[in-house]
Amino acid sequence: MKITIDQDKCVGAGQCVLAAAELFDQRDEDGIVVLLDPAPPQEALAEVEDAAGRCPALAIAVQP
Amino acid sequence: MTATRPDVMTQPTARTCPFDPPPEYRTLREQRPVAEATLPDGIAGWLVTGYEEARAVLADPRMSSRRRRLRTGSGPVDDAELPVPTPGNFLMMDPPEHTRLRRLLTGQFTVRRMRQLTPAVEKIVAERLDAMAAAGGPIDLVQAFALPVPSLVICELLGVPYADREDFQRDSATLIRLDASLDDVQRAHQALTGFLGRLVRAKRAEPGDDILSGLVRTGELTDEELAGVGVLLLLAGHETTANMIALSTMCLLRHPDQWEALRNDPALMDTAVEELLRYLSVIQYGVRRTALEDVELGGHRIPAGSTVVASLPSGNRDAAHFTGDPDQLDVGRPYRPHLAFGHGIHQCLGQQLARVELKAALSALLDRFPDLRLALPAEQVPMRHDMLVYGVHELPVTW
Ligand code: SF4
Repeated sequence: MKITIDQDKCVGAGQCVLAAAELFDQRDEDGIVVLLDPAPPQEALAEVEDAAGRCPALAIAVQP
Repeated sequence: MTATRPDVMTQPTARTCPFDPPPEYRTLREQRPVAEATLPDGIAGWLVTGYEEARAVLADPRMSSRRRRLRTGSGPVDDAELPVPTPGNFLMMDPPEHTRLRRLLTGQFTVRRMRQLTPAVEKIVAERLDAMAAAGGPIDLVQAFALPVPSLVICELLGVPYADREDFQRDSATLIRLDASLDDVQRAHQALTGFLGRLVRAKRAEPGDDILSGLVRTGELTDEELAGVGVLLLLAGHETTANMIALSTMCLLRHPDQWEALRNDPALMDTAVEELLRYLSVIQYGVRRTALEDVELGGHRIPAGSTVVASLPSGNRDAAHFTGDPDQLDVGRPYRPHLAFGHGIHQCLGQQLARVELKAALSALLDRFPDLRLALPAEQVPMRHDMLVYGVHELPVTW
């Protein structure tokens, strides 16, 4: 699985962190999303899809 | 403007149950999730009641947040035709202006920062509950607890003196009162802007470690913009959360099985908070956008210039999206993304703070006042039909 994020789109709502704290974080300075693991194990798919579905700015894309 | 058409309905606003949106929304959602409607203020527009459709509107960059209705008719809308937003009020801006202002603030409202605030919020909550216990019931939960908690928290964060609360709470309420005259709204707005403006100048002279001082230090904003940002955060930071705390309390009292379930299993609090946000959706009349060009939505062509209302309360009851029966309050309902904080680039900046406050407030209230009950019949609780943010005007309780 491959995750890509678009930091320009991110509005720092933190939904991804609530969905999967081990995969997403927010930069302290500006709250913009930080991807902790761009290629997580396949078991994390549901969680990642949850994060992508929650993101209000559609900044997270997943390729299973 | 198009003439009023007899077959066009008016957006329903009358509730039959204090916790449910008006019953007509269910039929609309099922049959016409995107429908032409006359809005409560008489404007011709479109009412969007389905979850997916509402999300689509709120995520669509062609839907502008600059609020005045432009004109109906087709063809692209020129930027010059859009009203100029009040400086600092980024809720009513589109990118790139919106992006610039929001980015200056997002770092202050991250999940981590807000969680770090938990002990401070819990302390404020405990102090209010001590005062409530000392005063004894019956007492108005809004004035004693639901309003002071978020007010104290946002004042602390922003660096606004809480001693000035009477003025800013009154002026904020005027801004979201549906029946306020234009004069009253302007006067309240000026009073708030003036108050924040004086504060900003004081922070410039003597900065503290609050958000306003932080913004002053960036040197990115004019005093006028700083005051505008301050007004927005102060207003959004206390009205919405205060009403969520009071209305959630009333709702749990009216669903004793849910209150019991939460008391028996405090670990349910996270899902309970999301469920209450979804179920109660206090932005009761929805969120307005203006179509900048013709937009296809749910099989309709929405002409450029149209006003479009995405109904958050209706989308949050959509059975096509939520599992089980979305019209039932279920504090253990597995989370699915809801619309209570909106969606798209304007999704609530303070949502993580709201979660921390709701969790702290409801947990401690349940814990300290297990025998809490309404001090008058539920039908007599004055509901806020007349405000943009739904809730209760007063909630007399005893224990
Ligand atoms: S959910 Fe989306 S907008 Fe929010 S922090 Fe994550 S990537 Fe950014």
